[in-house]
Amino acid sequence: MQQLFPLFVAIPLGTAFLVLFFPKSLTRVVEVILVISKVILLSMVVALIGHAPFSYFVGKWQPPLGITLVSDQISTLLLLVINIVGLLSLLYSFRYMEMYTSKIRFYALFMLMVAGMNGVVITGDMFNLFVFLEIATISSYALVGFGCEHEELEASFKYMILGSVSSTFILLGIAILYCTFGTLNMADLANSISVNGINKSVLFAETLFIMGFGLKGAMVPFHAWLPDAHPSAPAPISAMLSGVLIKACGIYAIIRVSYHVIGMTPLIHIILMSLGMLSMVVGVLLAVGQWDFKRLLAYHSISQMGYVMVGIGLGTPLGILGGLFHLVNHAFFKSLLFLCSGAIEYSTGTRNLKEMGGLFKRMPVTSGSCSIASLSISGVPPFNGFWSKLIIIIALVQAQYYAMAAVTVGVSFLTLVSFIKVQRYSIFGDLPEKLKKTKEVPVLMGTTLVILAILCLVTGVLYPFFGDTVLEMARDALMDQQKYIQLVLHL
Amino acid sequence: MGMSLIVKKITQLLIGLIFLFGINITLFGHLSVGGGFAGGVILTCGFILLMLAFGKDTTLGKMRTSVARFLSCTGALVFLAIALLGYIGGAFFLNFLDPGQAFHLHSAGFIPFADIAISILIVSAIFALFVLLVLSGRFTEDSGKYTEDDEL
Amino acid sequence: MTIYLMCLLLFVMGLYCLVAKKHLIKKIIGVAILDYAVNLFLILIGYREGGAPPILFKEMNQQVFSQQSVDPLPQALVLTSIVIGLGVLIMMVSIALRLYEKYKTFDTSEISRLKG
Repeated sequence: MQQLFPLFVAIPLGTAFLVLFFPKSLTRVVEVILVISKVILLSMVVALIGHAPFSYFVGKWQPPLGITLVSDQISTLLLLVINIVGLLSLLYSFRYMEMYTSKIRFYALFMLMVAGMNGVVITGDMFNLFVFLEIATISSYALVGFGCEHEELEASFKYMILGSVSSTFILLGIAILYCTFGTLNMADLANSISVNGINKSVLFAETLFIMGFGLKGAMVPFHAWLPDAHPSAPAPISAMLSGVLIKACGIYAIIRVSYHVIGMTPLIHIILMSLGMLSMVVGVLLAVGQWDFKRLLAYHSISQMGYVMVGIGLGTPLGILGGLFHLVNHAFFKSLLFLCSGAIEYSTGTRNLKEMGGLFKRMPVTSGSCSIASLSISGVPPFNGFWSKLIIIIALVQAQYYAMAAVTVGVSFLTLVSFIKVQRYSIFGDLPEKLKKTKEVPVLMGTTLVILAILCLVTGVLYPFFGDTVLEMARDALMDQQKYIQLVLHL
Repeated sequence: MGMSLIVKKITQLLIGLIFLFGINITLFGHLSVGGGFAGGVILTCGFILLMLAFGKDTTLGKMRTSVARFLSCTGALVFLAIALLGYIGGAFFLNFLDPGQAFHLHSAGFIPFADIAISILIVSAIFALFVLLVLSGRFTEDSGKYTEDDEL
Repeated sequence: MTIYLMCLLLFVMGLYCLVAKKHLIKKIIGVAILDYAVNLFLILIGYREGGAPPILFKEMNQQVFSQQSVDPLPQALVLTSIVIGLGVLIMMVSIALRLYEKYKTFDTSEISRLKG
């Protein structure tokens, strides 16, 4: 397994360039190749779950000279989430993308995005992180504007400008760190910073990183691209963007840089928690009044990312566990919600909540999955959203932030309100005249929705079985900076 | 088609030297300045000069768009194959070929091959993008006129 | 010191151009200026006063060379960064062309269908 580690990036990259050779008539062959490569990736991740952490030196160049790839438990957690959601979105997109042209280029861009995200999560070198981040986000710029209508192009242009400004800030931060310490390897930087202490240039670099990665991860002062970009993308891409891209490129990068490279100080704790609080409140207040289904879901993404940031910024073991658990849960239920909205759009042709109604009679599978996902995101037991939100609230109370805990409960209540609105207008209620002939979605899309709904239930209820290996060890790996340094430099 | 006689004649005389210069920068990338990307950009500029001087029919006869798309995928896959072949030596991207003598053309393992793959990728990709942006037929009626948009 | 301040001034000018202008192509030029400023900053980090180019010839002594030449690592980083910037710029220009086709204007205050 240790030798096969770079294949996480090499396999999707090779597949992306390989499918561009095939002409349009061989689309079935292309789909088979893609499914095989995704299944190989997923099995590699599952084989990595109980494995001890290791580091891999690319080209046998020793650190700090060469690029290292590091596998510790938090990378494994994110790889699991990325590849599961990626496989299910890919299966969904086989039928959904019939509405668009040039499916083969879509698949190539999709695999490039997965390759970029895998690379962000496994790398141990700062500039390599930047390069893989750019691969993932440039593919997503192209995918957002994929169907070239008016609004999609406008959303893609807005996303592109804001995204490239944030990448410039990240590059400036990396340049400042290199200027101060002379090395780009994450473990070597961590060692130098923990020995020399945090001086002003490191704080400046950290500010630039929070601004840059915060824009990728949709934190509130930097969230303006998300409500336009996520609804305009095709539904499987919305699920990937909202489900994994803002986590792998945004939240994961902030926590890797803050916890392991720079080291947490109380100042950074306060900054991350206040960004999280602001995102939670602003996201849900703007979401309640929306009538476009996907725009409402996009605003809720901002709010739920605020939850994750509050949990992780808190710093106590229970808080970080809650934050990481909510990250996993949000990937599952938010991608399920976006795929359901895509299924509704595929069958009825509309995204406006006022034009829908009573769909549970005509589309039972879609409405069942949509109800399960809405209950999960609102925090209703026994689905998975309830457990992770409970852990975050208990962690806030234990750390004596009572006002913040009350605000968190209030935000959860407002989430429930907006999803009751979604349910009443789309699933229950009267079926309008034009929609009397809607059919259920095709079998492949329906199967994907059912699998994600089962995962929503299982992740919450069966937590004692997998929580120890996957989540609690990720939490322990995150809090221990010295173990990360030992893993790379003295191995 | 294309530009005047002077430009065509000078392009005819210089184009071979421009391509030769680009190939030189690519091949000596591990010893001196340049490398794959810089050499590829010089070769692309040669093709763009050819298109500006002689018009689109001649140039698209020399490198068709379908050939350009095929070559760009091939260049990327060859680079990936070189990286995966490093597994023969034991690690991903390991320099497994003979290091040769220092400061000679045959040295530094697989780096000249990687440079050639990257320059082929860059030539075909950037030429295809140039053709897409310029020859798509938009803007031909009112290009160059000063509208009120230009004061924003 | 002044040269770093000039580089930061270029960064601020690029950011100003991006924020204050309403023409789409002028915003793209602002992003390009931002890219140039950050690449310049990266190269200036490795610069040494009176340094030699980082190319080793056969006759040179390696110890003397490493004390006299400029730092070659930021040059490799800048090469990658320029390629990435090129890719993003090309994509921005092609989307701006298609936006002109759909909306018939380059004015961003009129290309605002997505609100709220």
